[in-house]
Amino acid sequence: MNPQKKYSNFNATMAIARASFRSIIRSPSAVVFSLAFPLIFIVVFANIGGSGVTVDVGVAKTTDTLSPVYRALKGAKVVHLITDQSADDMAKSLAKGNIDAIIDVQKNNAMPPYTLHVQYTEASQQKGGILKSLLQSIFFQINSRGNTIPQPVAEIKETTVKGREYKYIDFILPGMLGFSLLSSGVFGTAFVFLSLRLTLVIKRFFATPVKKYSIVLGEALARLVFSLLGALFIIMVGHYAFGFTLIHGVVTVINMLVLAALGLIIFMGFGFAISGIAKNESAVPPISNIITMPQFLLSGTFFATTAFPNWLQAISKVLPLTYLNDAMRKVAFEGAGLNEVTHQLLILGVWFILIYAVAVKTFKWE
Amino acid sequence: MAEKPIITVKNLVKNYGDFSAIKGISFEVYEGEIFGLLGPNGAGKTTTLEIIETLRDKTSGEITVDGFNIETDADDIKQVIGVQLQSAGYYPNLNLSELIKLFCGLYGINKSPMEMLEKVALTDKARAKYKDLSGGQKQRFSIATTLINNPRIIFLDEPTTGLDPQARRNLWDLIREIRDAGTTVVITTHYMDEAEELCDRVAFVDGGHIIGIDTPNHFIDELVASGFERKKQVKLANLEDVFINMTGKEWREG
Repeated sequence: MNPQKKYSNFNATMAIARASFRSIIRSPSAVVFSLAFPLIFIVVFANIGGSGVTVDVGVAKTTDTLSPVYRALKGAKVVHLITDQSADDMAKSLAKGNIDAIIDVQKNNAMPPYTLHVQYTEASQQKGGILKSLLQSIFFQINSRGNTIPQPVAEIKETTVKGREYKYIDFILPGMLGFSLLSSGVFGTAFVFLSLRLTLVIKRFFATPVKKYSIVLGEALARLVFSLLGALFIIMVGHYAFGFTLIHGVVTVINMLVLAALGLIIFMGFGFAISGIAKNESAVPPISNIITMPQFLLSGTFFATTAFPNWLQAISKVLPLTYLNDAMRKVAFEGAGLNEVTHQLLILGVWFILIYAVAVKTFKWE
Repeated sequence: MAEKPIITVKNLVKNYGDFSAIKGISFEVYEGEIFGLLGPNGAGKTTTLEIIETLRDKTSGEITVDGFNIETDADDIKQVIGVQLQSAGYYPNLNLSELIKLFCGLYGINKSPMEMLEKVALTDKARAKYKDLSGGQKQRFSIATTLINNPRIIFLDEPTTGLDPQARRNLWDLIREIRDAGTTVVITTHYMDEAEELCDRVAFVDGGHIIGIDTPNHFIDELVASGFERKKQVKLANLEDVFINMTGKEWREG
């Protein structure tokens, strides 16, 4: 015995973290949910993304909406005309590729009677191309109708703005990262703490001098390290295999990992709460699914939430994963710093307080 | 043996709501002995042990363990005791050697896993998972984890339940070795032959009371002196002796 040596809570915490990390990497379900599923989704969606195309076209305020050109565009199913954005917003959206082009139809006093100004964006060259060929066919029809007049009815003037190409991988990868963190945080934490409690592992721990916080901290640390390594792996695969955009390189990756850590800590709160509520291991999946499925579907993991009807968007706007995904995409694609996603961080902070208040109430040691 | 108490329990009471599980029991465990708590299921044996082990709160009473008060020095007590819980599991997905390392970290002690596994003859299972061990191996591993912190006292809660005769005898030898090395052992069991064979002193617990404490021999002599006689004539051997004789004494793995 060596009573002189002082007991170290830090060493005990690290011993638990090491044990837990070993256990996680040997558990098939953790590896499948955190790595395999997100990667499979990325591969699948990166390849089928972009079907059912609509071209989002911003309409400048100065457009003559009575012109035959405008009416023809309005009749085209492929074209989605956006009229409710200011010129400033529209220009920004265009550069990001959120809209694919801006048109401005003007009536001329001279010949030809109409001029169509089109601004394309490099951020969305594919859809720009679709619009271009569509416009050409519209013009061919209009101009041949006015065949009696020698001059054409309208002419096109085109320009292309500079912008980054927004690929589907840029959308799907942050969503998949969020999904990976959500399932690891909720399912993983709930299962581990419930089974440690039911198999009396925690009780056996209590017969040693270890402190309660060491147990929670050690477990959380192991999960954090595992999930961040997983996130890093997913980002690297996305970047090198699918061209995922990382604007500021390493800095962007670090920012994403910070967000991932915050997200995971919140999701673990759900896991702690569930481990306390569930009576046995078969009760964990249904309760966890109630937490994860709505977020999986409604938080913009696969599709932008703007595609939902308003009432559904209202639900999306409450869920924590929505804000994590949102912040991730801003950081990754737009190159935002963490100080530029404070709105998202604030809402995640509210969730943190809420869920840990619940977890503290429901968590059981025995 | 010098009868120096290492555990003192005075008027221990434990209530769960209206139900009273332990109704004021007192006993002493002497240093260096194997002390048995005997009694039917639900008598309060496990509850008593868990209170002494600092895992459960008492309702009232006084307990000292190796000079430490259970109320004020729980952390000191945890440093000097080793605990084996009834049907406790171990951290999933880890092998024995990793589990020992984990417990070393929890106790803040540096020991090589092999040294601990050697004490319970499990060195060849160092890379095996706990769930893949046989019943006897599981119990021996549990005992190894109780010895990591060089405890003054170890508590074993029904360590031989479900073991075959060979594994049981093998565990008895291990428990005697631990006592001979100077560690006090507190054990619960349902098997009276085991208590008779193994324990230096036993206490009978029933309905939350202690109804007798003495050496096994003394209890038996007392009963015989009162005129008790077994219905069947006792033979010089019993069926377990036949079993051991026919199947061999060496203990089988698996």
